[in-house]
Amino acid sequence: MRVMAQVAMVMNLDKCIGCHTCSVTCKQAWTNRKGTEYVWFNNVETLPGQGYPRRWEDQERWRGGWERTRSGRLRLRAGGRLRRLGRLFANPELPELSDYYQPWTYEYKNLTDAPAGDDMPVARPVSQTTGEPIGTIEWGPNWDDNLGGAPEHATKDPLVEKVRDEVGEKIRFEFEQSFMFYLPRICEHCLNPACVSSCPSGAMYKRVEDGIVLVDQDQCRGWRMCVTGCPYKKVYFNHATGKAEKCTFCFPRVEAGMPTICSETCVGRMRYLGVMLYDADKVTEAALVADEQDLYPAQLECFLDPHDPAVAAAARASGITEEWLDAARRSPVYDLIRTYQIALPLHPEYRTLPMVWYVPPLSPVVEAVAAAGRDGEDAGNLFGAIDALRIPVEYLAELLTAGDTYAVDAVLRRMAAMRAHMRRVNLGQERDGSIAAAVGLTGQEMEDMFRLLAIAKYEDRYVIPTAARADADALADTHPLEEGCPVTQDAYQVTQGGCPVSSPEGPGEPVLLNLAPTRRSA
Amino acid sequence: MDLLLWGVMPYVAVTLLIAGLVWRARYDRFGLTTHSSQLHESRLLRVGSPLFHFGMAFVVLGHVVGLLVPDSWTDAVGVSDHAYHLLAVSTGAVAGLAAAVGVGILVYRRLRVPAVRKVTLRSDHVMYAVLLGAMLLGLVATALNSSGVVDYNYREGVSVWFRGLFALQPDYHLMGAAPLAFKLHVVLGFALFALIPFSRLAHIVSAPFKYLFRPYVVYRRRDPRQLANREPKRGWERAS
Ligand code: HEM
Ligand code: SF4
Ligand code: SF4
Repeated sequence: MRVMAQVAMVMNLDKCIGCHTCSVTCKQAWTNRKGTEYVWFNNVETLPGQGYPRRWEDQERWRGGWERTRSGRLRLRAGGRLRRLGRLFANPELPELSDYYQPWTYEYKNLTDAPAGDDMPVARPVSQTTGEPIGTIEWGPNWDDNLGGAPEHATKDPLVEKVRDEVGEKIRFEFEQSFMFYLPRICEHCLNPACVSSCPSGAMYKRVEDGIVLVDQDQCRGWRMCVTGCPYKKVYFNHATGKAEKCTFCFPRVEAGMPTICSETCVGRMRYLGVMLYDADKVTEAALVADEQDLYPAQLECFLDPHDPAVAAAARASGITEEWLDAARRSPVYDLIRTYQIALPLHPEYRTLPMVWYVPPLSPVVEAVAAAGRDGEDAGNLFGAIDALRIPVEYLAELLTAGDTYAVDAVLRRMAAMRAHMRRVNLGQERDGSIAAAVGLTGQEMEDMFRLLAIAKYEDRYVIPTAARADADALADTHPLEEGCPVTQDAYQVTQGGCPVSSPEGPGEPVLLNLAPTRRSA
Repeated sequence: MDLLLWGVMPYVAVTLLIAGLVWRARYDRFGLTTHSSQLHESRLLRVGSPLFHFGMAFVVLGHVVGLLVPDSWTDAVGVSDHAYHLLAVSTGAVAGLAAAVGVGILVYRRLRVPAVRKVTLRSDHVMYAVLLGAMLLGLVATALNSSGVVDYNYREGVSVWFRGLFALQPDYHLMGAAPLAFKLHVVLGFALFALIPFSRLAHIVSAPFKYLFRPYVVYRRRDPRQLANREPKRGWERAS
């Protein structure tokens, strides 16, 4: 057993309201620069829909991720090493800008600078890459938001095509006959990252301490193979610097014990961050299981129980600190993935063992029940509806379990049971143990799960250990507050040496900024 | 003049090449990249770039053989001058033509696709001018020679001089006696070497063959120096 730690994320899709706040704050923090105009480390897709870049899930076309060869070995889907080197000069599986969208801005200056005249000045759209005016904007980062234009666009969703081909059922896009939910996507910080494995220069790496996958900007030579390698299309090519860039999991914040920006600013409070311990020796084996539908259980097998003393001992032996072990024990992500088993990996069939998991949305089902004039919180009604509403379940299964509807079904039932159980609690009725028992949980677990999902306190959602304490101390040491003070003085009456002092009684200590903030409570 | 051109210039070019690469490796690793423009345009690139690069690979190989292998060696293994030239010109022509067509497509793309034109660097203009010049003169020299307009055996002239460069005793009179097309081709060739560190050609020296030998997934520890007590580096990092 070789224990490694990973900072992982779970997103509760039922609570995503599709507001794109995460995308915008992430963009402001990381990609509001020249060369990354088209880049969204975090984007929110409406499903069914084509996504960003368009049809990224079509691996017949983009050849991302891994495949299992007939001889039972793991190979990049885009080809072995020699083949990749042979394709360096022009990469046939690289999306073009038009597959993302042509980034544009408007000639705002016109509005204020145009000379007085008879006509209203207009702000024409201009391309951010060429500076030329664009006649018609034909696609954007969220063109099919909220199923906009769905009859035309959503039929091209690769999963819609798959469900149609394999199950023979057509997903309808007429109003009131369709279903819809949002899928926020960031880099998965995979256990078996295909991007890292595609990089000819060895510039991409997975950090030993927290599993975050990064690009070394000094070592990247712009071979753009990682863009192809990542099946989620979450490595981007900065066309100004000629280097690859990707979601950083906001490592400077995470190192200091703070949640990522997309999590911190999530209005729906639907993101969870925590530590997962896993057995690095099992990763390749898990990525290699023959049946795609076994990939989800195989990845579950990789995770280690931090409460197990043997695991804790092995973790200490591989240099994992007590702070991290403690965080692993309190990890909300572990609870959602392992204890309640209501989170599922995104497209496990890509064999990268992704580490951003999703609680599937029950709301399409609840809405359908309510629309039919039935009680949407009755366990019986919901269980029945999950069975009856095959299409959303098939679709979710293509998304989260390589098509295994049974696994999705089990998760939705657990969530339906939680609703029914909690309604009895809220109405002051007798607790009905059979509801929880029917889905393999106890009443107490139902209530804990409810607290985590519905109450979702900040300190319950984010349990992030800091980078090694020594590092943080060293950081504080190198930036002592000597002279000059960033805090304005006006708010204080007593100042000393340019800095406000903490109390009016005599010369106190200068106010220290907390340079290494930790989580809000233990 | 002959001494300056054929005795000193090659060493200046090579010095620039080496010093330039050392400078970039130390202070501007961030700037080392192919500057791929495939994001903007893929269809032309997918034809032009492989044609050019694979053609170029054989052209480079041809130069290595032509310049470094003395004719006494080929004579010794019983290859006649005539056979040698037939082989050299035929393979050279195919490779040269592929590279020329390829570079034609690449240059057309640089000039005519707006988004690609926009991301063309100033160094690209210089680089392409020298590259096109070198390729054109190389083709002219070969054409003149093999069609018999000029009668010059470069294996007894240019090649001997070139090998002399390694012994630090170049016979610069030999080069002085070569036809003009050869002279210009050689000058531009060395100019191209000197340009490598200062243009996108720098990608040549980072050809990633080590990819074949490393494990797929790369793990790294956080560099403790990244967190504290790090000396500010010279170069691009302090641009703000
Ligand atoms: C082993 C070696 C080499 C590799 C792996 C390589 C790879 C590449 C790559 C990936 C690009 C970027 C194409 C794009 O996406 O836009 C490129 C561009 C280029 N390479 Fe190379 N190259 C190699 C050797 C050479 C050599 C020997 C030369 C020539 C003298 C050369 C000249 C060029 C030029 C001129 C371009 C610019 C093409 C454009 O206009 O976009 N390369 N190379
Ligand atoms: S999701 Fe992230 S870690 Fe996984 S292959 Fe893509 S870029 Fe790499
Ligand atoms: S973790 Fe940070 S970099 Fe990654 S998507 Fe979220 S905000 Fe962006």
